[in-house]
Amino acid sequence: MATIASEFQAHDDGHVHDDHDHKPGFFSRWFMSTNHKDIGTLYLIFAITAGVIGGAISGLMRAELAKPGIQYLATIAAALGVSNPSFDQQLHLWNVLITAHGLIMVFFMVMPAIIGGFGNWFVPIMIGAPDMAFPRMNNISFWLTVAGFVSLMCSAFVPGGTGQGAGIGWTAYAPLSTTGSSGPAVDFAIFSLHLSGAGSIMGAINFITTIFNMRAPGMTLHKMPLFVWSVLVTAFLLLLALPVLAAAITMLLTDRNFGTTFFDAAGGGDPVLFQHLFWFFGHPEVYIMILPGFGIISQIVSTFSRKPVFGYLGMAYAMVAIGVVGFVVWAHHMYTTGLSEDVKMYFTTATMVIAVPTGIKIFSWIATMWGGSIRFTSPMVWAIGFIFLFTVGGVTGVELANGGLDDNLQDTYYVVAHFHYVLSLGAVTSLFAGFYYWFPKMSGRWHSELLSYLHFAVFFVGVNMLFFPMHFLGMQGMPRRYPDFTPAYAYWNHFATVGYMVMAASMVIFFVNIAYALIAGRKAEGNYWGEGATTLEWTLSSPPPFHQFETLPTIKDEDHH
Amino acid sequence: MTLGERLGALRRRLGLLTKAASAVALGCVVTSLFAANAVAADANHLAVAPGGYTPMAPTPGKGMPVDGGTTFQTQYSATGLEALWMHDNIVMVVLIAVSIFVAALLIWVMVRYNARANPVPSKTSHNTLLEVIWTGIPVLILLVVFVPSMKLLAHQYKTPPKDAVTIKAIGNQWYWTYAYPDNGGFEVTSNMLSKEEAKKRGEPEQLAADYRMVVPAGEPIRLQTFGADVIHSFAVPSLWFKLDAVPGRINEKLLTVKEPGVYYGQCSELCGARHGYMPIVVEALPRPQYNAWVLTHAGGKIDGAPESAAAPAAEAAASEAPAVAAASGE
Repeated sequence: MATIASEFQAHDDGHVHDDHDHKPGFFSRWFMSTNHKDIGTLYLIFAITAGVIGGAISGLMRAELAKPGIQYLATIAAALGVSNPSFDQQLHLWNVLITAHGLIMVFFMVMPAIIGGFGNWFVPIMIGAPDMAFPRMNNISFWLTVAGFVSLMCSAFVPGGTGQGAGIGWTAYAPLSTTGSSGPAVDFAIFSLHLSGAGSIMGAINFITTIFNMRAPGMTLHKMPLFVWSVLVTAFLLLLALPVLAAAITMLLTDRNFGTTFFDAAGGGDPVLFQHLFWFFGHPEVYIMILPGFGIISQIVSTFSRKPVFGYLGMAYAMVAIGVVGFVVWAHHMYTTGLSEDVKMYFTTATMVIAVPTGIKIFSWIATMWGGSIRFTSPMVWAIGFIFLFTVGGVTGVELANGGLDDNLQDTYYVVAHFHYVLSLGAVTSLFAGFYYWFPKMSGRWHSELLSYLHFAVFFVGVNMLFFPMHFLGMQGMPRRYPDFTPAYAYWNHFATVGYMVMAASMVIFFVNIAYALIAGRKAEGNYWGEGATTLEWTLSSPPPFHQFETLPTIKDEDHH
Repeated sequence: MTLGERLGALRRRLGLLTKAASAVALGCVVTSLFAANAVAADANHLAVAPGGYTPMAPTPGKGMPVDGGTTFQTQYSATGLEALWMHDNIVMVVLIAVSIFVAALLIWVMVRYNARANPVPSKTSHNTLLEVIWTGIPVLILLVVFVPSMKLLAHQYKTPPKDAVTIKAIGNQWYWTYAYPDNGGFEVTSNMLSKEEAKKRGEPEQLAADYRMVVPAGEPIRLQTFGADVIHSFAVPSLWFKLDAVPGRINEKLLTVKEPGVYYGQCSELCGARHGYMPIVVEALPRPQYNAWVLTHAGGKIDGAPESAAAPAAEAAASEAPAVAAASGE
């Protein structure tokens, strides 16, 4: 049956497949899953769980930073099983908290949610494929991520040098992470990255293979929805960047345990080498976290403007450009390590270049809305919020890109503000936008739009109160990763902590909304957003049949992306 | 040699001399805005202020963060002033303009193109000229930022002149040591003061240290950093200076502190438990007072002083050293 998206919209075809919906039993369905939608759901549940833990840790940090002095670290250390923690052990705990917060949010919240969750759910559907290319590998990708998370959690309860747990920062710079931290905690943390990294590499291979080989007839690369494009670029970034991280942290392990000296000057190594390797992975990593968000925002803006995406090719290749240039700017994270003048000039220039494709994306989103017939549904409100917040986060990137200016901002709260604007306000906002866009599709039940608006409003106020003052703190010189500070920094730190509480309240609204949807939400139709929602997931029932597209859809030439 | 030839040669020599002189003068103006007095007045360079050394009281708000401050600290170094100027007049302007422009566009499309105001959407999805414009204009804006940022980098990387004082900042877990190889090679160990002690001395909490890194004001300093155990970072916000202290390598940068004062900074690379407890205090003193401080240290000698002249001066100062150390050390 050759058909196109627009013909499908009038009806659900879920019932057609009912006879073939042989869902396995509970244990085999959720623990041995090979179904991309189930694995996507598992990833989302996992990411939300990890996000609650990582967010709670940031709550502990904000509580400690609410006023000068050390207030809560002793209590927290005692709760983690350290009896009578010394002052140094308390301070070490602080480093454990910042390390765990960073690693959890990057590797176990944003990545699993945006790639594992939404990628798994919607990439196969959007290209008209029945499933991912390697369903079993998809399963092991997920469980390796879980195993990695368990390893990271274990590290908090074993010795890590001065105190219990790994206090090395998410960047794990040698020699603090080698000779500077004895005990198994750091090994557990490193191993956690090995596990989740292996999972992500397999996921990347799976996405690339799926997208290149399993597109429905007529779905050329240049007809793919931009979300699929974004996951494709992301998958390549993962595939090229993660092995470098794996190599770097393996060298850490051998330096720690087997007497090598890759990062030890005493044996002919160099600590800065680790930073080069780490950031060669680390910079593409930030695009890994944000590019799928770009894709989600493109789908949402197009749907609710009832217009095709403006400058589709420019949008797709802007992401490719960001991905490519993202590999040659890594040392802008290392401006103060003693780089030479020419090196710093090069990295300053290359980094500023990234503003150009990013600008193309911002302007194309606005141009998509321009002339459109905009409906302010909850995903659209989140998407518009994303565009603004990401712009604010992006422009401070131009400041930080300047090697000369960065000398005063490197490792201060300005950097913390910048990357939280692009990640916690950028990537996370796109996650919530995507969540409200697709939640009824995934669950078959409507969330409350009212609560979604309320969630947005409170979240928007909260995160801006939380992160905007960090620009001030950073310019005033407050270094990051400090548990205590001089009283001059007290005002804005207290303000940020109040912002955290507002943000946390918005999360309560989010969970109430999910609970409402699952308990009392009304049933969602196949294409509940109506006209404007043109990608293939809207041709299916909500939730889609356990196996979709047993007859492949055909995409005709005149169809829009 | 004819008279004419001699005159010609003389003229050429004079010409060369003039050129060299102007180059030196230009060099002085361009390269070391605040270093001129160091080259000029040798007598001043060797002068020792009477009365030894007493730690300078910090000026409130100078060289330290201010309550609820929302922008950079006031700058007291040449490159700091240049960087701050660039931030204030170029980058911030671009930042704010772009943010407002995007916000204004968003508000406009929300008002003008909502479903009620515009029920029928247009089908436009391409406009090559528009796409070229919004690629090209950001490139131009970036060029505006690019030029001063390259200049700033070039100035920050100026090689310290030969007669610059070398000072080494060594990061340790969790304190700094400062070594003065040009002043006899003595070392100063600098630990954070407790909150109570800092308050008692009228210094900012978490920022004050028992012994300071004393430097000559207005002179080029060859500041070298390295780490004794893990990576630390020597950072002073009011001097726009940050340089990592990495084990196994020596990083070096030119620093010129414009005027006397106390400038506070903090370790800026995660270095373990007490990362937040190893502040940096730079005290810039006029040359005679700096010399007096140097001579309070055993083996301390004034850089550039002839060997014979330095010895008695050092001896004279050494006799008052214990008293001073006791006064400052408490």
